[in-house]
Amino acid sequence: MMQNIALIASGTVQTPSVSWTGLLPLIILAGAAVFLLTICSLVPSRITNQQLTIYTCAAAIGSLIAAIPLWLKVLDESKGPFSTLSGAFGIDGFSIFLTMLLAVSVVLVSCLAGVFLKSEDIEGPESYVLLLLSATGGMIIVGANDFIVLFLGIEVLSISAYILAAMNLKRVQSQEAGLKYFVLGAFASGFLLYGIALLYGATGSTQLTAIRDFLINNNLTNDTLLLAALAFLIIGFAFKVAAVPFHFWSPDVYQGAPTPFVAFMASAIKAAGFAAMLRVLYVTLGEYKADWQPVIYGIAVATLLIGSLLAIIQTDLKRMLAYSSISHAGYLLVGTQAASDQGVAAVLFYLATYTFMVIGSFAVISLNSGPEGIRTDLNSLTGLANRKPMLAIAFTVFLLGQAGIPLTSGFFAKFYVIEAVIEERSFGLAIVAMLAAVIGAFLYLRILTKIWLTDLETDDKDQNTITIPKQVSFVLLLATIVTLFLGIWPEPLVEMAQRAVPLLRAG
Amino acid sequence: MTFAMAIGTEYYLALSALLFAIGAGGLLVRRNPLIMFMCIELMLNAANLAFVSFGKEMSDLGGQMSVLFVLVVAAAEVVIGLAIVVAVMRRRPKASIDEVSVLRG
Repeated sequence: MMQNIALIASGTVQTPSVSWTGLLPLIILAGAAVFLLTICSLVPSRITNQQLTIYTCAAAIGSLIAAIPLWLKVLDESKGPFSTLSGAFGIDGFSIFLTMLLAVSVVLVSCLAGVFLKSEDIEGPESYVLLLLSATGGMIIVGANDFIVLFLGIEVLSISAYILAAMNLKRVQSQEAGLKYFVLGAFASGFLLYGIALLYGATGSTQLTAIRDFLINNNLTNDTLLLAALAFLIIGFAFKVAAVPFHFWSPDVYQGAPTPFVAFMASAIKAAGFAAMLRVLYVTLGEYKADWQPVIYGIAVATLLIGSLLAIIQTDLKRMLAYSSISHAGYLLVGTQAASDQGVAAVLFYLATYTFMVIGSFAVISLNSGPEGIRTDLNSLTGLANRKPMLAIAFTVFLLGQAGIPLTSGFFAKFYVIEAVIEERSFGLAIVAMLAAVIGAFLYLRILTKIWLTDLETDDKDQNTITIPKQVSFVLLLATIVTLFLGIWPEPLVEMAQRAVPLLRAG
Repeated sequence: MTFAMAIGTEYYLALSALLFAIGAGGLLVRRNPLIMFMCIELMLNAANLAFVSFGKEMSDLGGQMSVLFVLVVAAAEVVIGLAIVVAVMRRRPKASIDEVSVLRG
């Protein structure tokens, strides 16, 4: 940085080299978002939700395709991971794996949005633009190799998500969800930023690689500042991934926000949050893992138990899934706590499988929630098996997957994170995780009995009219197939996740 | 006639910690959405002050650069926050954050 400033003073500006191909997935999404906004403000006629869905899907698929050659390049022994923008942005297996995951979740969510936003009376291109921008923020986070880039990514992701939560101007719940999400999200950003500032003070750099090298090469005589920074960072991340005791915003937001965006929050935003956490804690502050592991241990235990216990007493489906998503964050924290390459691979596998299950679940809830999208109490599922057998089967697969029943991908996801902590000899945490799986299973079985073992007493006409639009059946079919396929043959994804383990590169 | 007085970095850091504590505490205690936004700003600016003073201490421009980015983010954040508050207030004038509580469970 100093040299750059000196050069500006002497009249020539030296800009860092940019690897455009490395940034292509990100540029495609961000460009698509800005382009869409421009076009829609110029074209007077209303663009239909269906066209917008196709556009958004195309952009996300484009970015997915752009990521594939990068993946092959990074895995190539002779080339390997690299970084660009003078080391501020890393392109490694970890970032590309999650970039692809984010792109997939944008495809799935935009398919849902196309159908359900109409029923919630949300029109116009804004939600799609924000969806694309939020995913762009996620892609910035997963590749960030500098704390300022990381912070900017988190803010791009979160600020778009605040608006998405408040998108339904006619429903007061949506407004409230947006306000709560905003206030607590900004609170968390404050903590995160203060942590970054303190870490900068302790190590003299904001670059992740530089901080890591500094901590490896120097033995700090007084690490108070660093430990304070660590505490602030952990609080900030715990808020962002909704870990107990910083989880209280998430049930309210999940219940109030429009359902397609809740699916996005539960999948993509959670994935990006964990990516940031792994990059900072495991890769950058790995030297200090003896200090942060016990904290993550405690948070993981609390998150697992409180998430699965409170899920049981809920009566609203979206709230139930919010608490279940909190307990899933607990399993992801278990993998993080392991602080090993195996743990990181397990977290990546978990995130990938959970994305499909949770988006599928929210698709079913949206379909079942009536024409205005507000009937989300547990009783609304009564007799679903008789009304829509295929929908009931799909929901069963997703719920069993989340419960971690064998032959679904959820089983292997839980298996790998628990295996990773056992390898690191945290037996207590493994036992808590298994216990939480048992408690969690009760919730999913409760929903399943509602679907399969109850029937409507009277022929209520509007409960009988669930029509499944094509895009939604595509989402459901894909999510079901992926969940079952990975439950029987997880090796391909496991191998990908193992190869995706982060390697931070200097510029 | 100049009184050159060196104020050490630690004073700036103490001020920044104080500002952060006021911001975080205020956010938890106050119930007016606008005051809560001011508290968020205070937290971000406390971090900015820490960045600047660390940067000065180490004569590294990275700290000052970071502040510029944070300022932009803070501005964007407040715009969105105010937009959400305006949307809420339109439905219910004089709302305090406690009254915005349809969602519970």
